[in-house]
Amino acid sequence: MAAPGGFSGTDFRKEEAYFLGFTQAQVMAFVVLIAFLLISPFFLYPVFLMKLLCFALFACAFNLLVGYVGLLSFGHAAYFGMGGYLTGHAAKVWGLPPELSILLGGLVGAALGLVIGWIAIRRQGIYFAMITLAFAQMVYFFCVQAPFTGGEDGIQSIPRGYFLGFLDLSRDLNMYWLTAGVFLAGFLLIHRIVHSPFGMVLKSIRENEPRATSLGYRTDDYKLMAFVLSAGLAGVAGGLKSIVFGIATLTDVFWTMSGEVVLMSLVGGLGTIFGPFVGAAVIITMQNYLAEFGAWVTVIQGAIFVLCVLAFRRGLVGEIGNWLRVRL
Amino acid sequence: MSIQRRTLLSAAAAAPLAGGMARRARAQANTIKIGVLTDMSALYRDLAGPGSLRAVQMAVQESGITQRGINVEVVSADHQNRPDVGSTVARQWIDRDGVDVIIDVPTSSVALAVNNITREKNKVMLNSGAASSDLTGSACTPNTIHWTYDTWMLSNSTGGAMVRAGGQSWFFITADYAFGHALERDASEFVRGAGGRVLGSVRTPFPGTTDFSSFLLQAQASRAQVVGLANAGGDTINTIKQAAEFGLTRGGRTKLAGLLVFITDVHSLGLQTAQGLVLTETFYWDLNDKTRGFSTRLALPGGAKPSMVQAGCYSSVLHYLKAVGEMGVAAAKASGADAVAKMKAMPTEDDAFGAGSIRADGRKIHPSYLFEVKQPSESRGAWDYYKLLGTTPADQAFRPVAQGGCALVR
Repeated sequence: MAAPGGFSGTDFRKEEAYFLGFTQAQVMAFVVLIAFLLISPFFLYPVFLMKLLCFALFACAFNLLVGYVGLLSFGHAAYFGMGGYLTGHAAKVWGLPPELSILLGGLVGAALGLVIGWIAIRRQGIYFAMITLAFAQMVYFFCVQAPFTGGEDGIQSIPRGYFLGFLDLSRDLNMYWLTAGVFLAGFLLIHRIVHSPFGMVLKSIRENEPRATSLGYRTDDYKLMAFVLSAGLAGVAGGLKSIVFGIATLTDVFWTMSGEVVLMSLVGGLGTIFGPFVGAAVIITMQNYLAEFGAWVTVIQGAIFVLCVLAFRRGLVGEIGNWLRVRL
Repeated sequence: MSIQRRTLLSAAAAAPLAGGMARRARAQANTIKIGVLTDMSALYRDLAGPGSLRAVQMAVQESGITQRGINVEVVSADHQNRPDVGSTVARQWIDRDGVDVIIDVPTSSVALAVNNITREKNKVMLNSGAASSDLTGSACTPNTIHWTYDTWMLSNSTGGAMVRAGGQSWFFITADYAFGHALERDASEFVRGAGGRVLGSVRTPFPGTTDFSSFLLQAQASRAQVVGLANAGGDTINTIKQAAEFGLTRGGRTKLAGLLVFITDVHSLGLQTAQGLVLTETFYWDLNDKTRGFSTRLALPGGAKPSMVQAGCYSSVLHYLKAVGEMGVAAAKASGADAVAKMKAMPTEDDAFGAGSIRADGRKIHPSYLFEVKQPSESRGAWDYYKLLGTTPADQAFRPVAQGGCALVR
């Protein structure tokens, strides 16, 4: 985060007033993002793009918590994975339409976030991270044992169904537009949250919690609220992913998934609104397009991570923003 | 800046497009494209991985199909044991790259995901690496052949044949999740069916158990002749190692029976630790002259011998290309289900598994072998690990068609 002194007064006014809370640079980046979403399915493989968008939404949700409230959760796989399982179960066994199933996934993520968050926010720093990790592992063990998750085979052949009863999602392009729509809605919601008075309080908690308390804010309530929102959006992302792929498996609840979303946010840039998208794009592209290099995938991933941590401490988007002296 | 960004963007967008067009131009109607989807970087790497790819390439060479003017292209990818990565790669291969047949696919969750994709897109999956017998049961499709082994066959051979070989009383150490329970349940049935007794079982927390000592002591106290390991991977390795440290099998009164152990596991454990272990495989490199010839030709790096999964990749591709040769490339590419139907109609014959056939439910059948791991003094050299205890003939080795619940044969 650049110090406020780094911006001139006019810059700051521009930032507040430009468009829907976006700064000028953010509007430009947003236009590029929209253009990418509109054009890319005609050039790149839609299923790959859908996967990217699901993880981008997941990373954005995670970033809401770590980037704007300063709470490093190490258990976000629990909300992502449970959202995925519930959506899959609802669509396959209960026969609910996809939009309701995904919504249900989000609700389950939020409910789980409410319980885990209520306990976890009582501690800070490493203890907070460990508590969230411990709960996420409990959720993982639950998923290994519970009959409805199908153990290590997972829930398979989840139907994509028809969106609102008429749009056939089994066509990849239709599914892509729904995914892009959900991603954009989530992205804008997070942007709105961050720029609301509520979001200002969150950022003040990140900067100095005792001071926020002394100003009369019940910081625990704010933190819990942010936690639940983040978990809910992670659940939506997980649900969306299980509809896209037709599967919900243990990989999504395993702790490595929690690690991966931290990696995405770090590579993209913590506390930047576009960072998680870029980070997710980098990581997912590597996973996908390096698949043919076999064992080298993990080596290359590790090298890029080391490079990012050493050379781009603010993450890719953070560094670009710093270089152009704008907030992205 | 935005102009620069836009240039970059269009360049980035154009690159894959150009690549895609070049690929499509190359993929003529006369080319069969084989995708080997396997684990190149994690726990199934030795068992499948690069060895599977090599086996597929050798099958293409030996099929002699290129001499008949048919091109075959082989691509491979690492699914990292993640169903989402596996299914993205599989979809992309089929939709964009024109892959006709997907080979190997270890890890049941990935295999089941790819199983649905090949059915949806009417392509072919020849699965060698996955264990789940659901692939020819509740999840069977007209586009899938399950080639090498499955959990039912392993339990049947290790449970039933072991009793016939003298292991009358059993105790199970079971990993406490659905897969472990299923293995224990199946194996217990076969033990009882063959006239043996199950004295008890103990469930170990899964995942994350590293200390099996208390479970091994319970097994020892039961005085069972055979301790069945209804677990997999690292759990099995750890149990075998700790059983050796406890001297559980010393004196030869008690035997360990692994329900899901491969020759690569025995190789990494070493004969000193693994000696006396009983297990089932459908292929062993030293079975006869043909299997020895196959293993020598395959020439895996470091003098390694092929696993049954790798042998299955060879055998399945060889048979697929035979079917393609008979029905023609155009027909094989047009419908995966037709290609599979053709494969089912032809008897199989290759050096790795000998003569065999494919059932209507997609199950490739061949004999299964019950092996015991040799003592270090009995072994004549590297990879000389097994002695044969018993053979289950092909028609009894696998689950009867009627019991699987496959919709294709109802």
